[in-house]
Amino acid sequence: MAHFTKATSIKDWLNQRLAIEKVEKVMASEYWIPKNINFLWAMGMVLVITFTFLLVSGIFLLMYYQPNVDLAFDSVNYTIMREVDFGWLWRNVHGVAASVVFLIIYIHMFTAIYYGSYKKGREMIWISGMLLFVAFSAEAFSGYMLPWGQMSYWAGMVITNLFSGGSLHADGLVEWIRGDYVPAQAFLSRFFMLHVLLIPVAILGLIGLHFGALRIPHVNNQDGEEIDFDKESKKYLAGDKAGSKVIRFANDFMSKDMLVVAIYLVFFFYLVFYHYGFAMDPVNFDPANGLKTPTHIYPEWYFLWSYEILRPFSTNIGLMAFAFAQVIFMMLPFLDRSPNTVPASRRGLFKYWFWAMLIDMIILTAMGKVPPIEPFGTIGFYAALTFIGLWIALPIITMFEKKA
Amino acid sequence: MKDNSRRGFMGKAFGAVAGVGAIASLFAMKKTWDPLPSVKAAGFTTLDMSAYKENELVVEKWRGKPIFVLKQSKEMLDTEDKNMSQLTGKTTEAMDKKRLIRIGDAEYMVTIGLCTHLGCIPGYNQDKKSFLCACHGGMYDDTGMVTKSPPPRGLDIPPFKIKGNILVLGEEGPEYKKMKETGITL
Ligand code: FES
Repeated sequence: MAHFTKATSIKDWLNQRLAIEKVEKVMASEYWIPKNINFLWAMGMVLVITFTFLLVSGIFLLMYYQPNVDLAFDSVNYTIMREVDFGWLWRNVHGVAASVVFLIIYIHMFTAIYYGSYKKGREMIWISGMLLFVAFSAEAFSGYMLPWGQMSYWAGMVITNLFSGGSLHADGLVEWIRGDYVPAQAFLSRFFMLHVLLIPVAILGLIGLHFGALRIPHVNNQDGEEIDFDKESKKYLAGDKAGSKVIRFANDFMSKDMLVVAIYLVFFFYLVFYHYGFAMDPVNFDPANGLKTPTHIYPEWYFLWSYEILRPFSTNIGLMAFAFAQVIFMMLPFLDRSPNTVPASRRGLFKYWFWAMLIDMIILTAMGKVPPIEPFGTIGFYAALTFIGLWIALPIITMFEKKA
Repeated sequence: MKDNSRRGFMGKAFGAVAGVGAIASLFAMKKTWDPLPSVKAAGFTTLDMSAYKENELVVEKWRGKPIFVLKQSKEMLDTEDKNMSQLTGKTTEAMDKKRLIRIGDAEYMVTIGLCTHLGCIPGYNQDKKSFLCACHGGMYDDTGMVTKSPPPRGLDIPPFKIKGNILVLGEEGPEYKKMKETGITL
């Protein structure tokens, strides 16, 4: 039984009951971050901030949004945008953040690929991160349904149809997901539930896992150097701050992080106030109509690359290629057979693999946006083949990689 | 020892009860996601076939889905379809006319107006007498046969029953059953 003494201060009172000093040490002042990092290491904090914006703006949107097929469109485009004071602000923040969050996720991902931050005990960081990517994708898709415009409806139609599995004809499964033969009230209500409750709860859990996965292997650094965190932190605490390879998470690391966050926020709010249009498709300003397909259906930019992998093939092969693209990144730590944890630039063929993958994904993204006419169809086709080919080549080229 | 096995037994018993409960609740959850009976019962659509004009696509609605009705002109029936099916490599002629529904002395194409690829609504071009799906570039001829992939098959034909000049969608008549058996539609 713990022994409690008369508290000398509020802090002491809390400390006796919640050990706040210890918590502060574990979470911040004695959570050690390598010195040898650059601004790309701030993307995690940028994501935390963006997610917070999504959460807060979402709370205010939720107060006026109506998940009803007859009211949803007007509740967004009329009530929130025109009637509610500052309703437009929450919507712009929500829309822009939903788009920008994927840009940052991609930067965060490719940073990890470049520096090999998915190896040597960091596999769970990568896997939980990819699970977060999946959860964010589901969150973005379900959110896209809610304004119930033409793009909402038809994206809902096309994406849920993917679950029929091509020639498997699992139409029952598609109807089960929709709760109707076509996207209708049951569909809107359940995607509303997913968007505001189930997926956000999953995301919060996964963020916890992602952070937890960092504790033991610690944050990677620019050279992939294996740092003895115990030794270096003792050095730091003993006063040799210059000689130590690590710094405190707070306030040292955070103060640098916050500089990057501040620059990011300037860019973010510039978009929110002056350039929010890119996050809101004009087609979605027509109310949903099940009897009229928009002339050209395309997803938001962050899904274009995987959509383009689906498109150039016949249904079944397309679906297989698409499924492949969805899961393959998860497998990265196991497909990279090289023990080297150094930047891609020092890894021989992997250097070219990294840049080829990045460029190929940009090409796929661009081809996914244009209508399916020539020569774009052919370019997309070869880019999709390249994507698959690169993943097949990865274990082979990394197997023969020399020790760096 | 005795104590241990008793504890083990308790553990297993609790586990079993919890397992049954978990399966039962999964079952309830699955059923809750099912389409409602009122949705499933969403009735039948009746079409008066004498009202349509030749080579003019009319879009009707059945169970929330668009239904294409295209009355064939003499020219459409006479011209042999030269379209090659990308899937079989043969001309679509063999399947072609079998997809039509004869009512009185006119022939009609009646299909669900959703692309069999991923469900966009193809558009009809009256001059070329063909359908183009803008989503991924799939094409169909004037009987709904697929002529360019990615769609894996022709436009699906909804269950129908002929009653004189009237076509009832949602009921399976003998003509529909025959189409299904011969693999004309799914
Ligand atoms: S939905 Fe028609 S071609 Fe893909």
